[in-house]
Amino acid sequence: MLLTVEDIQTYYGNSHVLHGVDLEVGAGEVVALVGRNGAGKTTTLRSIMGLTPPRSGSVRFKDQAIAGEKPHRIARRGIAYVPESREPFSLLTVEENLTIATNPRSPWQLDQVWQWFPALKEIRDRKGGHLSGGQQQMMVIGRGLLTGPELLLLDEPSQGLAPVIVETVVEMLKDLRKSNLSVLLVEQSIGVALDLADRIYVLNEGRVALHARSEEIREDPSRLDAYLGLSAT
Amino acid sequence: MTTGLIIVQLMNGIALGALYALMAFGLSIIKGLLNIPNFAHGALYLIGAYVAFEVSSSLDSFWLGLPAAVLASAAVGVVIERFGVRRLYGSAYLFQLLLLFGIALVLEQCVILIWGTLGQSLTPPGILMGAVDLGVSLFPKYLLFTTLVSFLVIVGIWFVIEKTHFGAVIRAGLERREMVSALGINIELLFTLAFAMGAGLAGLAGALAVPLVGVSNTMGTDMLAIAFVVVVLGGLGSIYGAIAAGLLVGIVQSMSALWVPSASTVLIYAMMILIIAFRPQGLLGER
Repeated sequence: MLLTVEDIQTYYGNSHVLHGVDLEVGAGEVVALVGRNGAGKTTTLRSIMGLTPPRSGSVRFKDQAIAGEKPHRIARRGIAYVPESREPFSLLTVEENLTIATNPRSPWQLDQVWQWFPALKEIRDRKGGHLSGGQQQMMVIGRGLLTGPELLLLDEPSQGLAPVIVETVVEMLKDLRKSNLSVLLVEQSIGVALDLADRIYVLNEGRVALHARSEEIREDPSRLDAYLGLSAT
Repeated sequence: MTTGLIIVQLMNGIALGALYALMAFGLSIIKGLLNIPNFAHGALYLIGAYVAFEVSSSLDSFWLGLPAAVLASAAVGVVIERFGVRRLYGSAYLFQLLLLFGIALVLEQCVILIWGTLGQSLTPPGILMGAVDLGVSLFPKYLLFTTLVSFLVIVGIWFVIEKTHFGAVIRAGLERREMVSALGINIELLFTLAFAMGAGLAGLAGALAVPLVGVSNTMGTDMLAIAFVVVVLGGLGSIYGAIAAGLLVGIVQSMSALWVPSASTVLIYAMMILIIAFRPQGLLGER
């Protein structure tokens, strides 16, 4: 397994958010994390990235224990994080945003990002703060990929985007699957999650409540009802 | 009052303002990137002044004194950041303030232990002595020199921050520290460098001030107060606001000396109160 998370307990101050989450992501696999708001999806990604380190439990990446390491060390091991809030650098140009932490050994370079998102190339000199939500999303995914990750932690890439933009992003992520990149995807839209992911973990109140292959869910979407309170179809 | 006198005072103000700008620029880089109010900035200015004085007078070379001052203050800055300030990132302002105030007191006492309490003076190097004829009046060469050096250094740092990759990382870090580190950038190293850079600027300002005002162990405290006024005026969060505000304060202080010499210091604070009343975010700051 590329990433193995075992029994992590994570707190924000005194608030206990993750009560022992276990999950795995294999090389080249796309895994989705779904669940209600507050279930602990974002916290799981932040725990892996070292931004909100777990108090106990283990996180292993390429057979190395990484829990407790500083975020920049974890990133350099080959994990890129694309947060839900996107966190664009608003005073930097699009091109500066993309190349802020480029890795010359990355399989993706700037030209590749321009190919995926030609719209970004046209506005390469515009400041990151002056972009639409969709443009920002494309930019921050590109920014993460240029660091040359083996694992991409992607938080709610479709949130707040127009359907046509969601489609562009989904197509791009499908294209990425060919290059053996692993993705741990947090997604509100079950449709998008099922479309992209090989396996799905459902988080509920800081625990993994259900773990299944995507096709199993597609066959019986009602299995998600108890945790999401809405039909997955 | 002659036009010549007014022009000379204006240029005096610009020279003085350039020193304030150097100080405040360093202070606002540290504030912006590390979110630390560097109350030891005056002490770093003091160290720069004394090191410049010592090297200049013992080696008889002002030109070695300048870089020595910058390096000494930057080195002290590195020590302060690594062993002091770093432990207090994210903690309450009060603790940061106490620590840095404490460090400033210790540094000032160290300066007194080494150099004593007696103020001393230093003449500028021969080539910078005397005056140039501006047409309307004579103007001291050394003041032109400090103005020029300050502006070149500020332009140089502006270039680094705005036009280089390292600068892009700094600008990114000013806005989103956490995200910068999540992209694999060692933000702690960046903080140390930023603190050293700010401290080095304070050292340079101190060194440049020596031939103008000499050295005295209270010069750091006096300068710190003005530098904070300048940063607040320029706008917290705007590193370039400090440059404009520095010049403004220098000019106001210098011009007011023509008409109301006794009130020139009070005027700076009055100006701060006025500007903050109407523009709480400062001259170039954003809300």
